[in-house]
Amino acid sequence: MTDILLNAVIASILSAILFGILGSLVSVRRIASLAGAISHAVLGGIGMAVFFSVSGRIPFFTPLAGAFLFAILSALIIFFVSTKSKQREDTVINAVWAIGMSIGVLFMAKTPGYTDPSSYLFGNILLITKMDLLLLAILDLIVLFFAWLFYPQILSSSFDENFARVRGVKTELVFFVLLIIIAISVVLLQTFVGLVMVIAMLTLPSGTASYMAKSLSSMMVFASVFSLLFSLSGLALSWTLDLPSGAVTVVFAGFVFLLFTLFHFISKKRRT
Amino acid sequence: MKKASRQSPFLEKQDIDEGQKTIAFRFNDVSFAYGSVSVFENISFHVHENEFVALVGANGAGKTTLLKLLLGLEKPQKGSVELFPSTSKKREELIGYVPQYMDFDSSFPISVYDVVKMGTVKGLGKKISKEEKAAIDEALVLSEVSNLAHRPYAALSGGQRRRVLVARALASQPKLIVLDEPTVNMDSESEKRLFETLRKLKGQSTILVVTHDSQFVSSLTDVVLCAGEKDEVGGFRSVVKHTTSPKLSEVDLSATGLVRVNHNEIIDDRGCCDHD
Repeated sequence: MTDILLNAVIASILSAILFGILGSLVSVRRIASLAGAISHAVLGGIGMAVFFSVSGRIPFFTPLAGAFLFAILSALIIFFVSTKSKQREDTVINAVWAIGMSIGVLFMAKTPGYTDPSSYLFGNILLITKMDLLLLAILDLIVLFFAWLFYPQILSSSFDENFARVRGVKTELVFFVLLIIIAISVVLLQTFVGLVMVIAMLTLPSGTASYMAKSLSSMMVFASVFSLLFSLSGLALSWTLDLPSGAVTVVFAGFVFLLFTLFHFISKKRRT
Repeated sequence: MKKASRQSPFLEKQDIDEGQKTIAFRFNDVSFAYGSVSVFENISFHVHENEFVALVGANGAGKTTLLKLLLGLEKPQKGSVELFPSTSKKREELIGYVPQYMDFDSSFPISVYDVVKMGTVKGLGKKISKEEKAAIDEALVLSEVSNLAHRPYAALSGGQRRRVLVARALASQPKLIVLDEPTVNMDSESEKRLFETLRKLKGQSTILVVTHDSQFVSSLTDVVLCAGEKDEVGGFRSVVKHTTSPKLSEVDLSATGLVRVNHNEIIDDRGCCDHD
């Protein structure tokens, strides 16, 4: 029992770094819908994999492999459309979102012994394995390294893409790498908070942090701290009240975010 | 004011010295189209180093496209765009760009100083040299925003932000400064300060100001480029270069206000440098 809890705490710490850094970038670049589309499309890959492996057609096609396949595929589609045909971006994002989910539901419905999609949608931090933790830790190191090494390029292309391009920054490459890393993160984090919750944890901690941060780097740090705080509180609440951990975490995070927003508007009104 | 007296004899000698002037940028027989919609067909013109150029033209005349070609954001289908052909420096080391409109999220946490520092960003690497630091400080002073350096960029007014973006463009000490519609939605105080900054820069850098109002060109302007105008040679979809009048030397530069400048004398691209 304590082993499971310890794993959950470590997962909270490791995921907080990803949610903090990636969430801040998703927030300032306003690409939450892109991240949402990728995370929901992943269900298609999971459904397909569950169907083919359970039915014995392709036994080694694990849900994780299916999730990766669809995450990368949807990231590529979204990257291509946003850079080459901006005016269609909205439609394509929503199509990727809806079609991905539908494929997942269809395959799961036809899987012998029917799998409930909700376990993938809402996740369970208590089911996290040592392997998941190792993969999360590796991804953390990669993201931290990239964010540190290319901070000026990431900052400038997020703030003003055209200016960054004129300065010789490969802004499309920055965007591409960001989308791929988000896709990989979504897959690794879905076991922890679930596909629907990933998007909430990418936006709520960074949104809360934006009220106090003075720079993008401090926003990343604050968002990581908030994310850790939300996960641990959610974990404690779910443990003591016997509630689903992912949902409790997101409700708590949403509550704090709204509180900060309210406080921000009141203090702004007082000043004017 | 000192600069003005240094500048005017230079301008008056124009007819004699033309041949020795350095080229800042040159469009060589450039054609450009978005899909099947042609914007430019075989345009050729050039601008000399340290000239103050206004690019005018109605909406849809191709000002933005011309800018994109110059900035390297678009590539011409035919012809070439040369930038300071006498140097081997890369485009990003030569141009300082001040955009007109920036899709800026007001919750983006960034200080004015960090925005200006962004002007020195490179394709790779994160080190900022002592010289670059000094250039950032100088750019802040030159754009009269050093008092705002530590404030959040989002807290500034539209006019103040524009001046910060001018400082950002100056931070790399560019030889060519490109400003896209710099005075649109700008309060008169910021406009006055912006022109003060441009006046100080005049003669030290080549300056290209894009404006949609062909009547309203500042007194600092040496040359006017008209986009979308019919040229006797090029015809359809061209860019024509004009001189300005009254001549700069006849205008009191110490006055911070703006003077209407007429531009009616067309300069032929082929004749301008060797017309004797």
